[in-house]
Amino acid sequence: MAALAAVRRCRVLLHGAVKSSFRGSPSQPRSYSAGRLSVQERIERKRQAALVGGGQKRIDAQHGRGKLTARERVALLLDPDSFVEYDAFVEHRCSDFGMEADHNKFPGDSVVTGQGRINGRLVYVFSQDFTVFGGSLSGAHAQKICKIMDQAMLVGAPVIGLNDSGGARIQEGVESLAGYADIFLRNVMASGVVPQISLIMGPCAGGAVYSPALTDFTFMVKDTSYLFITGPDVVKSVTNEDVTQEELGGAKTHTAVSGVAHKAFENDIDALLNLREFFNFLPLSNKDPSPVTECHDPSDRLVPGLDTLVPLESTKAYDMLDVIHSIVDERDFFEIMPNYAKNIVVGFARMNGRTVGIVGNQPKVASGESKAPIRYQHLISKLYYCCLDINSSVKGARFVRFCDAFNVPIITFVDVPGFLPGTAQEYGGIIRHGAKLLYAFAEATVPKITIITRKAYGGAYDVMSSKHLRGDVNYAWPSAEVAVMGAKGAVQIIFRGKNNQADAEAEYVEKFANPFPAAVRGFVDDIVVPSTTRRRICRDLEVLATKKQTNPWKKHANVPL
Amino acid sequence: NGSKWDLNLGLLVHRRVCYLLGSCHVVTTVFPSALFSFLSVQTFDKILIANRGEIACRVMKTCKKMGIKTVAVHSDVDANAVHVKMADEAVCVGPAPTSKSYLNMDAIMNAIRQTGAQAVHPGYGFLSENKEFAKRLAAEGVSFIGPDTHAIQAMGDKIESKLIAKAAKVNTIPGFDGVVKDADEAVRIANEIGYPVMIKASAGGGGKGMRIAWNDEETREGFRFSSQEAASSFGDDRLLIEKFIDNPRHIEIQVLADKHGNALWLNERECSIQRRNQKVVEEAPSTFLDPETRRAMGEQAVSLAKAVNYSSAGTVEFLVDSRKNFYFLEMNTRLQVEHPITECITGLDLVQQMIRIAKGFPLQHTQAEIPINGWAIESRVYAEDPYKSFGLPSIGRLSQYQEPLNLHNVRVDSGIEEGSDISIYYDPMISKLVTYGATRAEALKKMEDALDNYVIRGVTHNIPLLREIIVHPRFISGDISTKFLPEVYPEGFKGHQLTATGRKELLATAASLFVAAQLRAQKFLGDLRVSNTQQERRSWELCVELEKGVHMLGVSRSGATYTVEIDGDKLEVSSDWNLASPLLTVTLNGIHRTLQCLSRNAAGEISLQYLGTTFKLRVLSKLAAALSVHMPEKVPEDTSSILRSPMPGTVVAVSVKAGDTVAEGQEICVIEAMKMQNSMTAAKTAKVRSVHCKPGETVGEGDLLVELE
Repeated sequence: MAALAAVRRCRVLLHGAVKSSFRGSPSQPRSYSAGRLSVQERIERKRQAALVGGGQKRIDAQHGRGKLTARERVALLLDPDSFVEYDAFVEHRCSDFGMEADHNKFPGDSVVTGQGRINGRLVYVFSQDFTVFGGSLSGAHAQKICKIMDQAMLVGAPVIGLNDSGGARIQEGVESLAGYADIFLRNVMASGVVPQISLIMGPCAGGAVYSPALTDFTFMVKDTSYLFITGPDVVKSVTNEDVTQEELGGAKTHTAVSGVAHKAFENDIDALLNLREFFNFLPLSNKDPSPVTECHDPSDRLVPGLDTLVPLESTKAYDMLDVIHSIVDERDFFEIMPNYAKNIVVGFARMNGRTVGIVGNQPKVASGESKAPIRYQHLISKLYYCCLDINSSVKGARFVRFCDAFNVPIITFVDVPGFLPGTAQEYGGIIRHGAKLLYAFAEATVPKITIITRKAYGGAYDVMSSKHLRGDVNYAWPSAEVAVMGAKGAVQIIFRGKNNQADAEAEYVEKFANPFPAAVRGFVDDIVVPSTTRRRICRDLEVLATKKQTNPWKKHANVPL
Repeated sequence: NGSKWDLNLGLLVHRRVCYLLGSCHVVTTVFPSALFSFLSVQTFDKILIANRGEIACRVMKTCKKMGIKTVAVHSDVDANAVHVKMADEAVCVGPAPTSKSYLNMDAIMNAIRQTGAQAVHPGYGFLSENKEFAKRLAAEGVSFIGPDTHAIQAMGDKIESKLIAKAAKVNTIPGFDGVVKDADEAVRIANEIGYPVMIKASAGGGGKGMRIAWNDEETREGFRFSSQEAASSFGDDRLLIEKFIDNPRHIEIQVLADKHGNALWLNERECSIQRRNQKVVEEAPSTFLDPETRRAMGEQAVSLAKAVNYSSAGTVEFLVDSRKNFYFLEMNTRLQVEHPITECITGLDLVQQMIRIAKGFPLQHTQAEIPINGWAIESRVYAEDPYKSFGLPSIGRLSQYQEPLNLHNVRVDSGIEEGSDISIYYDPMISKLVTYGATRAEALKKMEDALDNYVIRGVTHNIPLLREIIVHPRFISGDISTKFLPEVYPEGFKGHQLTATGRKELLATAASLFVAAQLRAQKFLGDLRVSNTQQERRSWELCVELEKGVHMLGVSRSGATYTVEIDGDKLEVSSDWNLASPLLTVTLNGIHRTLQCLSRNAAGEISLQYLGTTFKLRVLSKLAAALSVHMPEKVPEDTSSILRSPMPGTVVAVSVKAGDTVAEGQEICVIEAMKMQNSMTAAKTAKVRSVHCKPGETVGEGDLLVELE
């Protein structure tokens, strides 16, 4: 009914423009005769109907929920007048449960697809339309998405999905499921070929969640979006847990607890504007270089504050974000997963205009924070500042692999005393999860620059983009300590049962708690004054821009999942 | 001396190279009129500076010019501080708390022995007026660069100093304290003192029951009320009749005296702009003094100095009333914080003079040679929030810091650099910003520019307040008193209030900046895949939000100049649009302004510092603005049941525990920061749900202290 009303409304709007076409038969608006004028009329009607989706009433309801319509979203995301729509005339093909009726047919069905530009660069977009059957996925809907994904692959351009869908079109049954699978397959085929970004702007439940999960980045809108496999009702009936939608799969849950989403934004507008900013960091495909934008920040700028940033006491914390902000162009750092596994910092920035991926241990945050009981937190924060743990390894590994897949150089800031000890970590499989980060750094062939700011102990030293894993340029700050472990632990093992532990500890500190053991072996290329770090990285990136390195031929590698 | 000069020059050059290698920030000092002859005499080989921060750096600068080696002392947290890097040698004297480091005489005495320093400059604060310290130095034959123990002691005692001042014929506040027989006697006393007088019961504390009388009649009336009150409320007949100082100004005289009985006065400093008895803006000379009053004050100050055999630099503080009567307040027997403004107008280096005097040299100048050249203004730049009782301390790391030293006639005395921490342990002063000009107007204009060009990021600072004070009509006309701030801002400081023109300037700048950033975002270098078919935009329709007002703006571009249309008015905005620079220098319809862009994000939010105050704006395209009506309102956190620390500090006391019921306004806990205790009170009557702090703990700004139900 709503669709019908919308069509009528459009007719009224169109009245002036296509007046001539109604000549002679004004009282028969629905006569779809085969005449030439009539086709013109039908085209216009359909096109206009497509523009209002599920009709004004549903649009109002969508706005009432604090959400924008599919088309409004596309208009905000893309450069003005750049959107080129595909398949506005596609309709669903279901004929069961009364779906074949005219009022149940909507031109374009429940998704808007096409291509356009973000700051002049090509992007393919689909935007699910909640006003048409709750954005549910029909065969036609899936087919539309698949079409733009196929074309994105052909020309090498990113795909952005704006998700707002109640799930499968139940009336279509298995056809809808097939549609999901078609999309999943394309997500997988496109993985590592073109960047894929999902922005969840409403519900996304059941099987539908796996499409965002397969894409490179999943962003959410606070309070109006959620992602889960099964909703609160099913949860209640199966596990007897009482949980709200927001608790189960809201933006907070996925950005802070599960790590499913990479970032959340305040509302639709905030999210779309941020997505434009984020898009500017990305190369268009795996065959394009990391983009370089006009940069006003001098590449040889010294950062005097860095010379005093690392505290003299090696157990005292500092904020790695201070290091990152002051080194990158214009303090502009797009952090990925800022609220999850905060003991590692990852994100995009630019150096002399060129996009780089930044990975840094975060000494300010204790590892395994959310898991340790409150009463032990003070102990943990003292002992295990910025250790690698399960979550931070996985977070880092996924980010490094994205950078490597899309030619984005990786800059790693290292301050890591090791992997986090404890049963929680061992039972959780820190061995296989830690291996992911090791694997990611080792296989990466993009330019890799590493700066050891303070501790680089044990296996974690090897993992963090060390020289041994083909780091191109590895620097140590004067405050760096590269060693197998901290002095206390080392002395307890070397001099077990002996009395002069204090002297031995002092000797160990003298010998190993400095950058020399690594520097004399060539494991770091130079010991640098921290304030010159930006200048050096900018120069190194210039040199490494032509780096070519390939891994042995293989069908695909076997990352320890 | 020629060879020594060469030697020292070599040393300086060598150190500069070290600085470059270490990339330390070298702070240069600008003395508008340099009359110094630094290397004319041999004083000391090595001086230890028993202080930190800007004053330690200030003293070292002169030492370096005089070819004297310097020794810094520092606490462990200050190991990387600027004053430590500047010194030739540095000794750690203890942990962070001042009582264990900078006030730790044993450790400092050890440092002196260890380094062989021949003299100690104490700076101000800490041990500068500690006679015990001066004694211990004397016992070991180390020179104290300051007056001798006798003068410190005499002037350190409030009562004794007044008696000495009286004897030296220095004006003191006249008064009578005792039983007054009748109204006639009260009138007689009042006339002796001179009007206006203040009458109150001796037993009444503070300003309670205080009456001001400007003539005999009012004195009689005041006597009647006060004696009744004295008898009924306190059962004590004594009355206090004292000279009332209306609109008091705080004006001080800098003196310089040697060990040979010579003394000079180096003119006055006007320090009336204060908050909580701490000076904020000072200037020299004062707009208020005429040459006669100046000479009278100067001569009395010198006679006081002579009366206590004063040697070194010292300051005699006076209160001055609206009729130019002046009264002795106290004498500070040290180098004063605000000494640079005196240096600017006299051309003397006070630290150099102090060092010479300590070595026993006679004064180089006669009173007739002391000039007033031009005008100097000093703003004390503090790490504090001026919106909370004119300044509550704030801490943090100076993530970006840039002093306006590119401007002429600007001197910045600071002891910090980019990357320094402003910690809870020490004074939150960032620097002393001094500007100089041939006239007061010139110095004030320079101060406006200097404040606009001063980049401080990472800590909250008081530049908004300073920038407002120096352009306030009352301040410009010289109509100030120690009550200036509470009188001008009775509701507390609220930042710069935008005029209609100012609002337009701000809107136009934000809109232009937004467009410049949008255009830059499309500039990909060497990328062949950027669309060629898209037309470059020439005009934009924008919606800008500022202080809850929404404005529709039209922007069009021609090169680096944007024409912004606001409500029918057109503004031309041009700039180099450097998006990396913290400073944003724009020309608005031909007027140059320096703004600062504090932050800018993808969602169109822009923070601009304009005329000292930070304004938050939001720039959206017309489409985004139209659609934003659909965005849900976010409900802000209910703050009445949550008590957060308004500043970083130490919890001194917690007066409640979970389960207690507190009344609105009842004290919940006390936070101490920078020697100031702040009582935190309940915003409503409620039961305490949980307490998240305990005495002795340090808390950060915004940390949760107590939750109410």
